[in-house]
Amino acid sequence: MAHIGDRLNDFAVRIGTVNGTGSASANSLLLQALFRMGLPVSGKNVFPSNIQGLPTWYEIRVNKDGYTARSPVFQLTVAMNPQSYARDIEEVESGGWVLYDSTKELDESLLRDDVTFLGIPLAQMCAERFRRARERTLMKNIGYVGALVALLDIEMDVVQGMIEEKFSAKKNLIESNFTAIRMGYDWAREQWECPLPIRVKRMDATKDRVMVTGNAATALGCVYAGATVGAWYPITPATSVMDGFKEWCRRFRVDPDTGKHRYCILQAEDELAAAGMVIGAGWAGARAFTPTAGPGISLMSEFIGLAYYAEVPSVFIDVQRTGPSTGMPTRTQQGDLMLVVYASHGDTRHIALFPANPKECFEFAVAAFDLAERFQTPVFMVSDLDIGMNDWMVPRLEWNDAYRPDRGKVLSAREIEEVKSFHRYLDVDGDAIPYRTLPGVHPKGAYFTRGSGHDKYGGYTEDSDAYVEVVDRIARKIQSAAEHMPAPEVHAVEGGARHGIVSIGGAHWAVLEARDTLLADGVPTDYLRVRGFPFGEAVREFLDAHDVIFVVEQNRDAQLRTLLAIETECPKSKLVSVRYYGGQPLSKEHVLDGIRPHVSRRKSAVAEAAIR
Amino acid sequence: MTYITKPVARHPKMRHNALGLEPRDYEGSMSTLCAGCGHDSVTAALVQAFFEMDVEPHRVVKLSGIGCSSKTPAYFVKEAHGFNAVHGRMPSIAAGANAANRDLLYVGISGDGDSLSIGLGQLCHAIRRNIDMLYLLENNGVYGLTKGQFSASADVGSVSKKGEVNRNGPIDPVSVALALGATFVARSFSGDKKQLVPILKAGLAHSGFAFVDIISPCVTFNDHEGSTKSYAHTRTHMYEVVETDFVPLRREITAEYGHGDVHAVTMHDGSVVHFRKVAEDYDPTDRGAALEHIADVRKRGEVPTGLLYLEETGEDMHGFENTVEGPLVELPYEDLCPGSGALAELQKEWW
Ligand SMILES: Cc1ncc(C[n+]2csc(CCOP(=O)(O)OP(=O)(O)O)c2C)c(N)n1
Ligand code: SF4
Ligand SMILES: [Mg+2]
Repeated sequence: MAHIGDRLNDFAVRIGTVNGTGSASANSLLLQALFRMGLPVSGKNVFPSNIQGLPTWYEIRVNKDGYTARSPVFQLTVAMNPQSYARDIEEVESGGWVLYDSTKELDESLLRDDVTFLGIPLAQMCAERFRRARERTLMKNIGYVGALVALLDIEMDVVQGMIEEKFSAKKNLIESNFTAIRMGYDWAREQWECPLPIRVKRMDATKDRVMVTGNAATALGCVYAGATVGAWYPITPATSVMDGFKEWCRRFRVDPDTGKHRYCILQAEDELAAAGMVIGAGWAGARAFTPTAGPGISLMSEFIGLAYYAEVPSVFIDVQRTGPSTGMPTRTQQGDLMLVVYASHGDTRHIALFPANPKECFEFAVAAFDLAERFQTPVFMVSDLDIGMNDWMVPRLEWNDAYRPDRGKVLSAREIEEVKSFHRYLDVDGDAIPYRTLPGVHPKGAYFTRGSGHDKYGGYTEDSDAYVEVVDRIARKIQSAAEHMPAPEVHAVEGGARHGIVSIGGAHWAVLEARDTLLADGVPTDYLRVRGFPFGEAVREFLDAHDVIFVVEQNRDAQLRTLLAIETECPKSKLVSVRYYGGQPLSKEHVLDGIRPHVSRRKSAVAEAAIR
Repeated sequence: MTYITKPVARHPKMRHNALGLEPRDYEGSMSTLCAGCGHDSVTAALVQAFFEMDVEPHRVVKLSGIGCSSKTPAYFVKEAHGFNAVHGRMPSIAAGANAANRDLLYVGISGDGDSLSIGLGQLCHAIRRNIDMLYLLENNGVYGLTKGQFSASADVGSVSKKGEVNRNGPIDPVSVALALGATFVARSFSGDKKQLVPILKAGLAHSGFAFVDIISPCVTFNDHEGSTKSYAHTRTHMYEVVETDFVPLRREITAEYGHGDVHAVTMHDGSVVHFRKVAEDYDPTDRGAALEHIADVRKRGEVPTGLLYLEETGEDMHGFENTVEGPLVELPYEDLCPGSGALAELQKEWW
């Protein structure tokens, strides 16, 4: 039988449960306990587009070296859902363990002889200990947490402490949770040799870290940026951005004297209206945003073109999910890259920011508003379901109290008074950015905003030259934003490598891990992660400096590679595409599978022939 | 802040309002619509209403969708910001702008294509939100700008200029507005300034969504025989449910209104609307009765006009959202950003 040796602080567990049975809080209890023990940890929620009844999974990876990308290999499976037993059992690594509810015998056909089955009669134990049906269901989850505490050597004090914190207001719940935890723990200690070779021991790797989802951090960024108007139409995986915004606003934005709101959240009738509201508010001078996903961006496209051409600051947050169409709404992807940067008909091109974790979600959300107002244009902040909805361990967020919003060129009443005449689209400073005025400020500042052809004075036009002059300036304006994007993150080996890797967004973490493996294999690589669009000089230089560039991304059609090819002079033949787009977060294995054939091919002609 | 541009060479005989402005101070650029287009008459009525209401021009915000009607914001109050948005989506621009700055006077201009087809959803939701604005639907039964296709307000049996007959039933905008809970519902005719101006003035004073459906004939595509939105047809079939007079707050209420069958409704700002009943049993504050009456008049083949319904609840979108009294755009950043201390404190909850 295959054997898994000592794997201290280095393993992955998958928990398969039924959606809507309360397993989510049990799973986050586990993740939180590991985090509090100072262990680098990541949790991925693999959930169905369903409210109750379908299989759902939670994956926890502990890694002493700090790798947090998804691991597709699990040493232990907690199988609590008979519907998914077959798959759950099949996917455990050989030599691993299956913890299952043995109240009902496992069907013989499911058994494997290369894994160890750990049966615990949770349903029966809960029936004996708890009276109410709901409690029995919920406490099964806490029961398997108890068993895992014993099996993985998690510190019981930490877990119990968290339960006490969580239910400090409901003492009777503390008691039942304690009962359930002990129930699982004691059974494990009596029946099996604990801990397993996969186990944990306290570390000190999470001291200055916090655990947060990207959407919560994005929402907080909107609050800190001073956004006052949020408009939205509910859609997975973006909904929790507005949930978060509402929560933070309730906490920070209620006038203490009057109880009135220093914000306005409008739940629109659809995404078209949400876009219109953001544009209306931005035009009137508020910082406004809308969180959505790909289907929403598709609907918003007409309005996005209006904001681009009429030069209205507006922030669009796209939490990407698997497309096309409705696609797989609860799976992740990077399928909207092309959509956002060229959204809408006619010649349009948009500023976009690509965070790789919740910390960057917070920072880029703030930057998005500054860029939108500075360049008077729609700005996209593009994250994805994995970043947005999963809990991530990130460095503590920081805030500089000296920050003041960059409102761009907005004329005050006094300034309007002083100018001889005001023309909305005139390039007064030669930097392609015109001045704008807000409604209600001064009669001399009035102008007519339109998405139809206009000249630099803001007047309606059908004249070719007058039209071209304005659209050319807008093109220059957007291009000039390139050097104001967050700089790409670059990792280079000493002396530089022949092979370069470029990736974007949440693909980052798998690439970092894969690079280390490649290096250990004798293949050094340099790496650049794109963080903004339009691409700046640093991206061009990186492409120039390498003979072969692996472009790693999570979509079928190599959208980042296409963008690099369109937007830079880099020959397409240098750009080797590495893709994974099945809807799970990217793993190191995906990256290695894509890169290895090419690096070994260069190593040996024989191998090359074999591949052809 | 108040800015009144100095009147240049005032005509001594010209009327001035309380701000010292003349009617022409409320005009805009030259109209490019067809000569005789009903929409131009609506613009003229609006200019008069703004003038008579002593509105500060730069405190007005003019919004529209796309269509001939939607072009008209360029033709009035040139000292106000205007926004010609996308087809049918002006209500969402209004919602956002109003959310940002509730202190301005919002006027939206739309057409029957803009409001009843592509933008019907947004109109409905603007009504539900009770956005504080005056919303005009310049209704000609056709898509003027795309050359005369039937709109959703065209009556069954209407004949287009090309001779096609409309078979799809019409959407009646005032019935829709009433059914959706609109707080101010009126209908008038571009050719009847006497009726239209007081309605517009009352609409400007209304706190909430003031919806005015205005039959506004398209001389180019819909002013022939067989059209039910033509000048001739509207004039002969107009049926005034109530006669409306609007008395702004600062004017004295004259004795003229003190007698007869008059129903006075006090607006949120204290000004008063007088309904002089034409129909015996008409109560302009009873939504059900209003709907019934409209249906009855329509059955007779007539077009009910006048201020059909008015309810001063005072609760608009900002009331529902419980936003602060002043404009959100004027809140200092210090009141919006919780700062580094709060961020550090908050993160203690993040495990
Ligand atoms: C998305 C979109 N579809 C179609 C059009 C073309 N279009 C312009 S105006 C119009 C109809 C306008 O009709 P209405 O609102 O009744 O205005 P009118 O010209 O009659 O005053 C249409 C269909 C457009 N501008 N945008
Ligand atoms: S086409 Fe009709 S609606 Fe348009 S401007 Fe001419 S008359 Fe008016
Ligand atoms: Mg029309």
